[in-house]
Amino acid sequence: MSAQTALMQQKAGRPGPDLNTQALHMDARRESLRLLALLSPSLLLVFAIIIVPIGWLFWLSLFDEAGALSAANYARFFEQASYIKTFITTFKVAFIVTGACVLLGYPLAYMLSQLPRRAASICLIFVILPFWTSVLVRTYAWLVILQRKGLINSWLIDLGVISQPLSLANNFSGVVIGMTHILLPFLVLPLYASMKTIDTDCLRAGMNLGAGPAATFRQIFFPLSLPGLASGVVIVFVLCLGFFVTPALMGGGKVIMWAMRMEQTTSLYSNWGAGAALGVVLLVVTLALLGLFQWLLGARATGVWSSR
Amino acid sequence: MNRTRSASIVAMAGLMASLAAPAMAGDTITVASWGGTYQEAQTKAFFKPTADALGITIKEDTTNGLDDVRLQVTGNAVKWDITELGADECARGSKEGLFEKLDYGIIDKSGINPKLVHDDWVGISYTSVVLIYRTDVFGDKGPKTWADFWNVEKFPGRRALSGSQATETLSVAALAEGIPIDKVYPVDIDGALKSVDKIRGHIDAWWTSGAQAMQLVKDGEVDMASIWNGRAGTLKKEGAPVSFSFDQGVLTADCMVIPKGAKNKEAAMKALAMFVSPQLQANLPLYVDNGPVNEKAFETGKIPQDRLKDINSAPENVKKQVLQDAEFWRDNLVEATEKFNNLIQQ
Repeated sequence: MSAQTALMQQKAGRPGPDLNTQALHMDARRESLRLLALLSPSLLLVFAIIIVPIGWLFWLSLFDEAGALSAANYARFFEQASYIKTFITTFKVAFIVTGACVLLGYPLAYMLSQLPRRAASICLIFVILPFWTSVLVRTYAWLVILQRKGLINSWLIDLGVISQPLSLANNFSGVVIGMTHILLPFLVLPLYASMKTIDTDCLRAGMNLGAGPAATFRQIFFPLSLPGLASGVVIVFVLCLGFFVTPALMGGGKVIMWAMRMEQTTSLYSNWGAGAALGVVLLVVTLALLGLFQWLLGARATGVWSSR
Repeated sequence: MNRTRSASIVAMAGLMASLAAPAMAGDTITVASWGGTYQEAQTKAFFKPTADALGITIKEDTTNGLDDVRLQVTGNAVKWDITELGADECARGSKEGLFEKLDYGIIDKSGINPKLVHDDWVGISYTSVVLIYRTDVFGDKGPKTWADFWNVEKFPGRRALSGSQATETLSVAALAEGIPIDKVYPVDIDGALKSVDKIRGHIDAWWTSGAQAMQLVKDGEVDMASIWNGRAGTLKKEGAPVSFSFDQGVLTADCMVIPKGAKNKEAAMKALAMFVSPQLQANLPLYVDNGPVNEKAFETGKIPQDRLKDINSAPENVKKQVLQDAEFWRDNLVEATEKFNNLIQQ
């Protein structure tokens, strides 16, 4: 860069700060253009396979059965009580499952991060193995375990703990149990990765300055693990919103989530707009929530960074 | 070298042309159905004998229903020549103009219920919605009618109904109110919804697929349920302690259509004519419990007498059941389903 500007100065005949700045400016612009050119194939790809279809989805949702422009597909959400009910159920499930994943996943990831490397990798296998098994298979397995004549109920009855079987499957609790199990690795893995990168010297320094183990954890380890926790929470929450198989099989038809509703609506109405409108609503609400997450957790995460 | 290469290309082209020639004369058609044991039975009963008789090749695919046809037709990418659908889907698709007209000069419609013979769709087989109960809970004194199913005091126990097939659940709800089988259609939708409202608090699961209905009954998750007769028959064959009958069953027809723009319309028409012929229709109950749509199948002598009681469309059994009206649901499905969803999700 400097050689180039020197050359330009020579050509101009006289050295001057004006010319220099201008040349640097041009150089920077050329560089960013070059970067843009390099990026353009992937940007085009993103545009063609993500932005265009989403735009199309939005476009489709604006037409009624006869192909006329109308808001009927959106008005339906307010006319039919079951849509709002489904929407509330979806978010209720997403919040509860995400909460359960944090409660179970945080201690697990913490334990994994504290174990010696060898033991940790063996334990990680237990997290990852089910992760590789098909969601459908795991959901059926939960059904076998939780149903009225399933393993848990028959054991508890045989042990005399209960006399009537508990309702664990084909209802809300079944959905929450099944989904928590399936989504747990999505929280544990990013959280574990971020906990591993926490500098242990910080913890030692804290101890050195007189903080007990609890205070060290609360004041140093926990804040430093927040960015990892935030990304895990976001992944789990968003996946929850679009879940289909587990609620369809474990909910006994009583827990209808948004994705199930989409399938139903798409086959019930003969225009794609009806289903498209459901997609648009979910997308907009999810993006809004992600923005909120970013604003809340992102600020805390950057706070951690600057204090570091 | 150039010459040998061009010679080999010519030879290749010639070879390909000679391979293609019999296929063009013999035709290949693609037929889509629901998959599973039902389609396996159709392969043996309909597809293979037709392919042999007409000298054509029949390729098979599976369908999810009307959405798939709509997607292919509106997207100008029709890959099927014939596809199976539920009768109410046929009636809806017909209204949307998704199918080719059928040629009843080629297809012989005699013996098929006129309600299932239309310009662009024709019935192919029957499924019944029946009431099943577990004999280890009720012995042989279980609920026999839908009024019994609705009677939670006389028949305490866990219950399941279809949550995905509003048409079927509303039909049985009308029967539960004591409406005679010949008066169920046209369904009084609001009356049927009121009937559903009475029982919904006692429903432990609203099933969304045939496999789920089967699993709920098989594992004892529920003591009684509405279920498709094919699934019920399988449970019984597997030795599950269950009982069901065709009394107050709801007969729902399946149909076949040629999607608009199908590549091999003529061959498809001939194949469809074979599928609904009495001879091939009589094959179907030899493999599954789904009954033939052509009454003349029972006159072929192919179906053993002791099998008749298990076949939902056998004349004796038809009398006990309600035939679901496809055209009624074509016009009322959306409204009824939305109201039904609002009710059961309250």
